[in-house]
Amino acid sequence: MNRRVRNLAVLPLFAALSACDMVVLNPGGDVAAQQRDLLVISTWLMLIIIIPVMVLIVIFAWRYRHNNREARYEPEWHHSMRLELVIWSCPLLIVICLGALTWLGTHLLDPYRPLDRLAANQPIPEDTRALQVDVIALDWKWLFIYPQYGVATVNEMAVPVNQPLSLRITASSVMNAFYVPHLAGMIYAMPGMETRLHGVLNEPGESEGYSTNYSGAGFSGMKFKVRSVSDTEFQRWVTTARAAEQSLTRDAYLQLAKPSEREPVRYFSTVDEQLYSLVVGMCVEPGKMCMHDMMAIDDRGGLGLAGVYNVARHSGDLPRAVFGADQSHVIGICAAPTVRTFEDDLLPQVDRSPLRGAGLPRPASGRSGSLLADTLDSTSSR
Amino acid sequence: MMSQAELPVLDPIFGRLSFAALPLHEPILVATFVAVAIGGIALLAGVTRYQLWGYLWREWITTIDHKRIGIMYMILGIVMLLRGFADAIMMRLQQAIAFGGSEGYLNAHHYDQIFTAHGVIMIFFVAMPLVTGLMNYIVPLQIGARDVAFPFLNNFSFWMTTAGAVLVMFSLFVGEFARTGWLAYPPLSGIQYSPDVGVDYYIWALQIAGVGTLLSGVNLLATIIKMRAPGMTLMKMPVFTWTSLCTNVLIVAAFPVLTAVLVMLSLDRYVGTNFFTNDFGGNPMMYVNLIWIWGHPEVYILILPLFGVFSEVTSTFSGKRLFGYSSMVYATVVITILSYIVWLHHFFTMGSGASVNSFFGITTMIISIPTGAKLFNWLFTMYRGRIRFELPMMWTVAFMLTFVIGGMTGVLLAVPPADFVLHNSLFLIAHFHNVIIGGVLFGLFAGINYWFPKAFGFKLDRFWGLVSFWLWVIGFWVAFMPLYVLGLMGVTRRLRYFEDPSLQIWFQIAAVGAGLIAIGIGAMLVQFYVSFRKRNELRDTTGDPWDGRTLEWSTSSPPPVYNFAFTPIVHDGDAWWDMKQRGYQRPLSGFRAILMPANTGAGFILAVLSTVFGFAMVWYMWWLAIASFIGLVGYTIYHTFNYNREYHLTLEDVVRAEDERTRQLAAVRS
Repeated sequence: MNRRVRNLAVLPLFAALSACDMVVLNPGGDVAAQQRDLLVISTWLMLIIIIPVMVLIVIFAWRYRHNNREARYEPEWHHSMRLELVIWSCPLLIVICLGALTWLGTHLLDPYRPLDRLAANQPIPEDTRALQVDVIALDWKWLFIYPQYGVATVNEMAVPVNQPLSLRITASSVMNAFYVPHLAGMIYAMPGMETRLHGVLNEPGESEGYSTNYSGAGFSGMKFKVRSVSDTEFQRWVTTARAAEQSLTRDAYLQLAKPSEREPVRYFSTVDEQLYSLVVGMCVEPGKMCMHDMMAIDDRGGLGLAGVYNVARHSGDLPRAVFGADQSHVIGICAAPTVRTFEDDLLPQVDRSPLRGAGLPRPASGRSGSLLADTLDSTSSR
Repeated sequence: MMSQAELPVLDPIFGRLSFAALPLHEPILVATFVAVAIGGIALLAGVTRYQLWGYLWREWITTIDHKRIGIMYMILGIVMLLRGFADAIMMRLQQAIAFGGSEGYLNAHHYDQIFTAHGVIMIFFVAMPLVTGLMNYIVPLQIGARDVAFPFLNNFSFWMTTAGAVLVMFSLFVGEFARTGWLAYPPLSGIQYSPDVGVDYYIWALQIAGVGTLLSGVNLLATIIKMRAPGMTLMKMPVFTWTSLCTNVLIVAAFPVLTAVLVMLSLDRYVGTNFFTNDFGGNPMMYVNLIWIWGHPEVYILILPLFGVFSEVTSTFSGKRLFGYSSMVYATVVITILSYIVWLHHFFTMGSGASVNSFFGITTMIISIPTGAKLFNWLFTMYRGRIRFELPMMWTVAFMLTFVIGGMTGVLLAVPPADFVLHNSLFLIAHFHNVIIGGVLFGLFAGINYWFPKAFGFKLDRFWGLVSFWLWVIGFWVAFMPLYVLGLMGVTRRLRYFEDPSLQIWFQIAAVGAGLIAIGIGAMLVQFYVSFRKRNELRDTTGDPWDGRTLEWSTSSPPPVYNFAFTPIVHDGDAWWDMKQRGYQRPLSGFRAILMPANTGAGFILAVLSTVFGFAMVWYMWWLAIASFIGLVGYTIYHTFNYNREYHLTLEDVVRAEDERTRQLAAVRS
């Protein structure tokens, strides 16, 4: 089915363009391929109505031109119940089909949903563990932390072919979007928040990933290499990374997070295991209270008036609002270490009924960060 | 801890404005400035030489005649189109050459301002003024009214819109514009990541222009509801008036959201609140939601009036009653309502749950049903008609063929998983230019060619109109089809340079397309000039050059200041067509003096004060901000004591104008 749809769609429409690499229409990963299928099917579905309309426009424009005295002219004819029914019901029917496709497709391809297959007719073998990667969008480079291996890289992501990937994504300063066209659709990377993405690469090779949400001066160079490799090659890659001299401590991260452009690929042999959680909690700087602690305190009623004084000025050259206070932060009062582990380590494991999606988890809580998702999720779980 | 940057001490007079703010290091800007300065001086010298200052002040700047204000809106839109298009062609050029290690000719600081300014200008200061101008000119004529409900407010709205445009133009030569993309998402647009004046220019330009837009929405809404000619029930209103009504409902309900969200952003930037910051409970996602709750209705604010134009044009030039008038009206109303529940489709990729995404995806698709119905209605209006392919009709057919493709790619992007792979790509750029150029601009050109003889008394030159038409249409396809292809190749918007050499050919083709459009714009300006030179040949003395169907064609071209000597009485949807069918005789006597609103300079003065206020806020010149704000409030109070709001157009004046029209009509008949 897959292949056939692809051939049907791609051949006639884009034969002329076969020279260029339409990665969106020809991706190397199952999720992206399913997204492509949806794209192609929807296009065909709409062409059912678009093509006749375009033909009719041309025919009517030609046939009823002013100097064609043979065509009928009925200046007062302006209503036909039968035609009106067709006019409204044809688009309606198409939209019903498309709507059903959308509902199913959106739930099945929800980026938060763990994979349930490696490819069409290729189920996930028992006891497969997803490869976990924590992705941090920095100004203007990408940091990849491999918690299972304790290594990290800048601007390069290596993944074994046919291993499900489970990504947690955040950003250090402004909004970005994480996009590897061969892997799966994009998702925003946002500071103080975490988004998720699941995918798999089915073909070996090297491709490119990048930010797809404008994030400032260095945006155009914010690209990274994606290497889809065999298991043994991946092990070798990990070994190389482990041999690197640098290690990713909190200080090293704060250095790395400073704005820079077109950073070369770099490896870190060890990673502070709290680091990713601290980045999401926006508290890598020592002495700063993490957002999840703040929320936990607020959840229990807050610190009251004392909270107002529990702030410190930032060190560092930060611009501030002209009538505002200096840039400051809440001082950490309980330094309980937090490591947020992946909850879906083992695959497959989540209820795969296609009728609900999971929302955007807030730091340190299972709840979603999106108000709407919250509302809808809580109503549907009620 | 003491290393925190102390704010540089503000100059008490100039705030943060200094010579360093002048972009003397950007040769492109210096050259532009020189050209603008020479042009501006020539213009001012010309006005002085021909002693036009008094005329401009009395007849145009202080006018409260909806027709002249409409024309001024159109001029503003066309002037800003030139600026916005200059940005476009610079981007196309940059992207066509920045390959293989070359970073092109624009640095990030300049390029990022250009794409932001292009979006802001094209939406707020090209599309909005053109659409508002068209509504301003046509709606009162179509409903048989003498002016809008609040004539002074109309003048004030226009000048506030212009004030916003002036502020954006200032940013070109004094300081800089935002480098954030046209919607200025925080945290990037917050003080921490954009400490410079760019975002402040953005905020104050939109806030000041927004006052104008909102008030003009209130004005036209009241006009349509309260001032229709006797007999014109809602379901006998011309379709253009209907779509204008819906658009103004959208304006009144949507623009306050924009105002509020920009107020919150400016509080973040000026007094250090944390609405949209990363820290202290701020939530940038809230900004994204709010701005699109305004932003999506805005899309329909732009397109709906043009749907009205296409309806009028198709019906007129097919010589036939509009097919399915009531379904057209209901379709418009349904679109109006639905446009409020689709905003989230602009950020499916922000991580909402699948249920939320599918809900907004499906509501978006549902909008395509009434839109499709409209297209069919135009199609069946052409069916069994006698189609005269005058310029407005050609634009309409080009619109239909172009818009269906844009509509299709739009519905495609409404499928969330498909959007995941195409969001923020050049496919998206191609899509919305496909609907905005193919829909809004083509519609505006149809409207301009259609109503130009009404406004000026002579038709536009056909030859240059055709040249412009073909260049625009072909240029559009050449410029944007490559962008669809590039989007499918995974290329993102707002990139300044590229590494993959296989992309370059597509950017080069797109640049050629932009070049064609540039010549098309040139041809349009030539068309205006040639038509003016040949105005005696192209003269229309009947007031009804296209055998029109609605009331604006029943009066002279250009209409007298009072529009109608007698308020028409309406019996049919196509009121003028119906009058012609029933052998309507124009009354030749019994005229009376007419009470008309009097001109005032208050709108202009308030807008100048607002510009000064905005400029002072951008540059932190507090004394000037306070002074201009006091001036604004004070002058507003002072204006309320102006009791010379109306004057009587004397009977002699009315009789003279009407007799002139009688003579013209007699000359045509003989």
